[in-house]
Amino acid sequence: MHITLKVWRQKNQQDPGHFETYQLDNVNEDMSFLEMFDVLNDKLIREGKDPVAFDHDCREGICGMCSMYINGRPHGPLKGTTTCQLHMRHFKDGDTIVVEPWRAAAFPVIKDLVVDRSAFDRIMQAGGFISVNTGSAPDANTIPVEKDKADAAFAAAACIGCGACVAACKNSSAMLFVSAKIAQLALLPQGQPERKTRVLNMIAQMQKEGFGSCSNIGSCEAECPKEIPITFIAKANSEYLKAMLAADLPE
Amino acid sequence: MGFTGLFLILFLIVHVTINACIFLNDHGQTFNAVAHFMGTNILVHFLELGLFVGLILHIVQGWIIWSSNSKKRPVKYAVWGAKANSHWYSRSMGLLGTLIFIFLVIHLANFWAPNRYHYVVHGEELNLFERMKAVFSHPGVVLIYLGGLVSLSYHLMHGFQSAFRTFGMNSRRYIPIVKGIGVAFAIIVPVLFALMPILLYFKVIS
Repeated sequence: MHITLKVWRQKNQQDPGHFETYQLDNVNEDMSFLEMFDVLNDKLIREGKDPVAFDHDCREGICGMCSMYINGRPHGPLKGTTTCQLHMRHFKDGDTIVVEPWRAAAFPVIKDLVVDRSAFDRIMQAGGFISVNTGSAPDANTIPVEKDKADAAFAAAACIGCGACVAACKNSSAMLFVSAKIAQLALLPQGQPERKTRVLNMIAQMQKEGFGSCSNIGSCEAECPKEIPITFIAKANSEYLKAMLAADLPE
Repeated sequence: MGFTGLFLILFLIVHVTINACIFLNDHGQTFNAVAHFMGTNILVHFLELGLFVGLILHIVQGWIIWSSNSKKRPVKYAVWGAKANSHWYSRSMGLLGTLIFIFLVIHLANFWAPNRYHYVVHGEELNLFERMKAVFSHPGVVLIYLGGLVSLSYHLMHGFQSAFRTFGMNSRRYIPIVKGIGVAFAIIVPVLFALMPILLYFKVIS
């Protein structure tokens, strides 16, 4: 396959950035998208040029590190797939592919296609945790969990925090990510002690980080590589309203 | 947005029900009687005030959210594939809202303002049915109204179900029902409103 790549190049956060065009011959259709970038970088290094910086880690669709915005879609055109699991057979010989970083005020570009997603870490630190006793591990199944709730919590826990929801959203809202984390813990008995403070603190931190407001457009749900549904956003809204209206402590 | 939106939806139900009286084709007698009650009842005047407050709040909230969200992506994408993942009307609520606002100004200038003026100056209301016939005798006005109602339809198509999501409705059982009601409402109400200028223009109702 012959592929023309238009890739966003940006030296650092201050650099305005620009697109550079690369021609790649002999692209194997069984390559993953990231492997094609490995081939491109190998070529650039041999030519004495700066390779393209991009995030990647597990390359098996579970870590959430890869973060390319491919032809106008986060993680590319395939539904429910991360960039690392996108293969070149889904493109045609002679295609031009435009690759950009996630674009959001809360995700500043560090270099080329690498963005700073530490805003998600700070949101997690604000409330995405539970309190547990130290000591020996408790026996499994000591605390009964209703099957439906366990399934729903598991579906929410599938979120890998890649940020595709923010990248896809017209408003750069992080509500799908935040709501998945809130819902996951609110559904389980282990998440009950901090249930109300969690939702208030995580939403407050989300707003502080400069993400936009959710307007229920639904593009996040459509582009999420783990297919997290936006019903979790409504669940988080419900948790937020309950926490706002009924504080645990008298004021 | 959700609260004021649902409040305005309730108003639409009242408005379309009253206006639908013209479909009785009784020379506007029933319509004028109901319109007279609405125009002279003191309680309705209070509700009217609440309606204006709700409308202004909805506009201001929408503008604040649009203004804030538009700053959240300072560098735009070169290729934006949103049409593959969402409906255009869900992404265009600000634009649709602005079109509805322009339509509302025209609509109020056609009916509400002259009627109130006439009431204050002459102590009695206009014959609103005759006013409707006169206003909708111009094809340009009919087209403006149809444009406004198409905008309203798409605005409701997203807004109705979105309001319920904002209030936290996440039940897998009820969300499809709410979505269905929302789509039906977004079609039926604007179609009923649209039939009024069309039928009056073509003198099917007279």
